[in-house]
Amino acid sequence: MTKANVHKIIPFSAVDGPGNRMVIFLQGCNFDCAYCHNPETIALCNHCAICLKACPYDALAWENGKVCWNEKLCHHCDHCIKACPHTSSPKVREMNIEDVISHMEKVKPFISGITVSGGECTLQIDFVKALFQRAKEMGLTTFLDTNGFVSQDAFIFLGDDMDMAMVDLKTWNEEAHRELTGKDNTLVLQSIRYLAEQHKLYEVRTVIVPGLLDNHQTVKMVSQLLSALDQNIRYKLIRFRPMGVRKKAASLEEPSDILMEELSDIARNEGCKHVIVV
Amino acid sequence: MNNTINTIKNQTLTYQQKVMQLAREAENSVQVLDIPQDVKEYMDKGIICDMFEGNAPYRPRYILPDYHRFMKQGSEFLELQPPKDIWEAVNYLLILYKHVPSITSFPVFLGELDQLLEPFIDNEEEAYKAIKLFLTHIDRTLTDSFVHANIGPKATKAGRLILKAERELKNAVPNLTLKYSKDSEKEFALEAITTGLEVSKPYFANHQMYVKDFGEGYGTASCYNGLPIGGGSYTLVRLNLKKLAEEAGNLEDFIKIYIPRAVQRMNALIDVRIRFQVEESGFFESSFLVEEGLIQQDRFTAMFGMFGLAQCVNLLLNAKVQEERYGHSEKAMTLGYDIVKTIEREVNAHQNPYCNVTGNRFLLHAQSGISADVEETAGCRIPIGEEPELLDHILHAAKFHPLFPSGVSDIFTFETTARNNPEFILDIIQGAMEKGLRMFAFSCSDNDLMRITGYLVKKSEMKKLKDGNQTLHDTVALGLEAVEKQNLFARRVTQHD
Ligand code: SF4
Ligand code: SF4
Repeated sequence: MTKANVHKIIPFSAVDGPGNRMVIFLQGCNFDCAYCHNPETIALCNHCAICLKACPYDALAWENGKVCWNEKLCHHCDHCIKACPHTSSPKVREMNIEDVISHMEKVKPFISGITVSGGECTLQIDFVKALFQRAKEMGLTTFLDTNGFVSQDAFIFLGDDMDMAMVDLKTWNEEAHRELTGKDNTLVLQSIRYLAEQHKLYEVRTVIVPGLLDNHQTVKMVSQLLSALDQNIRYKLIRFRPMGVRKKAASLEEPSDILMEELSDIARNEGCKHVIVV
Repeated sequence: MNNTINTIKNQTLTYQQKVMQLAREAENSVQVLDIPQDVKEYMDKGIICDMFEGNAPYRPRYILPDYHRFMKQGSEFLELQPPKDIWEAVNYLLILYKHVPSITSFPVFLGELDQLLEPFIDNEEEAYKAIKLFLTHIDRTLTDSFVHANIGPKATKAGRLILKAERELKNAVPNLTLKYSKDSEKEFALEAITTGLEVSKPYFANHQMYVKDFGEGYGTASCYNGLPIGGGSYTLVRLNLKKLAEEAGNLEDFIKIYIPRAVQRMNALIDVRIRFQVEESGFFESSFLVEEGLIQQDRFTAMFGMFGLAQCVNLLLNAKVQEERYGHSEKAMTLGYDIVKTIEREVNAHQNPYCNVTGNRFLLHAQSGISADVEETAGCRIPIGEEPELLDHILHAAKFHPLFPSGVSDIFTFETTARNNPEFILDIIQGAMEKGLRMFAFSCSDNDLMRITGYLVKKSEMKKLKDGNQTLHDTVALGLEAVEKQNLFARRVTQHD
């Protein structure tokens, strides 16, 4: 039975693909971006028990050498997440396909489909594949939200069980990419090209972080690439927001409306037809 | 007398608003209804409320004329031939609107506008101009947010032009409903959603559900009231469930003694009001609308309203913490449902010979509240500020909506990012209707037009009135009072991550 570490499931989302979508966030990421908006999705819990004391509602307990989370008692205050020194969360659950399906069944009349996100969901690709197959049987569309740092084989493996994908391109500059994520962006660009050729690239996303990255260069180059591949691929520019980020990124500046406007103009001028600013 | 002179001297009322106020004073100076003593007792206690309908009902509360018929035959009384082009069509409708009585003296139903105008759309540019002038005329002369137009369920050129004009004009009047079914064209529905995210209208009405209840000949009028076209509703009387629960004190007596008693008294009051209208007022003998077949007495019914279900349930369960309260607990929902079902049974056990069109029975209505309600929540809604997450909110509402054929609605507010993804809202509406939602009202958190309970008012106009200025629309004052008393700005806004 395939299982996955699930960070959380949200029944309705307006921003993770077309229409209304249920989003399944899988735990664990192979990047470690300074400005990550959900750093608690990066690592797997090592049951160090540090968060135990942080819970004001007795929703965390120590059982058989592990931290156990009691959903019923939880008030979702996220004190535990703030206390965790390991970019993890004690609320991650190991779920099998049927557990997730039961969530989907409740929501099904209200959604176009599901999106599997993360963390980096391709790290648990067997689960993703199995879940997509079941979703398709239910008549739902299947979208993947990935950082693109994954070999082409993964997409070949998913095949037509995956309808489309959304890929993050953090920065065009290789050096900066390595510094930010710890990894090259070559593989990410390969993923973008491959998915576009397969007509499975729904959207590329870039988070705009003025103090940290050369946003102008990235937006210009990504837009050129996308409009050469297919002008209809959506390009979404996301404002960096200090909410939820780690301490070291909290002092980073938010982009101004003027900057966002300027960047979306660049993208449009380079030929992208669907530029979205959020 | 005091009220009369106060009305005359009031500087925040326009001339028209004064005239109507004075007419109300005159009507209320006579006593012609033979209201039984026990009903009066409940009215004095505020358990039964006649919605300030007046002491001598000389016209039905809600009239839904058969405008299709008018377009086909013109009007002898108004000396109008059937219209031949778009300019005649919109003008003749405007003329007729001014002769449709109602409780506010403004027509509460403007017809299925897209179907009425579609035959006259030749040149779209010209038609757009005509429609814009038509809608502006309505907003500036029928100055009351209970004036309500319908479009759909099929996409039409006229329907698109109306939506486009609504986005451009951003007027509070008319209120607008899209009759929506799965067979409605998707593009059209999406355009309606884009419109709603800017101007907080149209409503999405569950066409399939309405057709099941009324057949094809229904319209939504006033706030969100489903009624037969060619008829309407004589009256709307409402039952305050919170106050009734307070009087009962415990669940068992409430169900066994107090509901049957209150329903019997409500029915008695509705009967009295209908009898006067039909047998004494002379309305149906003298109105040209009847004479020309635009309305028929046997297509009228009456509305049995109720409100404050949330407080009633919380009180009877003595639910203090959120998990036990209405909107959050299964037990509270089941009790709420049982209460409405019990009322329905009692209401259906009573017959009134003048409500032919609905099997001689009154229709249940989840009354949206009036501006002065402070402690009670509209109909069967969850109290403002206590709304659960969107999915649970919808599932809760969907349980109750099928029980109220003559109207019920819930309001959902979305963040501005929803504008990037109108399909998101369409998916939700479709799911909601599949689960049983009847009327889906939605808006965007930053819209100037705000849905108060069922009607729309501009936030900017409320501010103007608050600063002591006159405002054109009489509903601005109601909106302002409601906003101040009912904490409307605290409505939950759905975040979409
Ligand atoms: S969530 Fe973090 S702090 Fe809590 S046990 Fe796991 S690793 Fe330790
Ligand atoms: S979010 Fe964490 S700290 Fe807060 S109640 Fe839940 S488990 Fe406890």
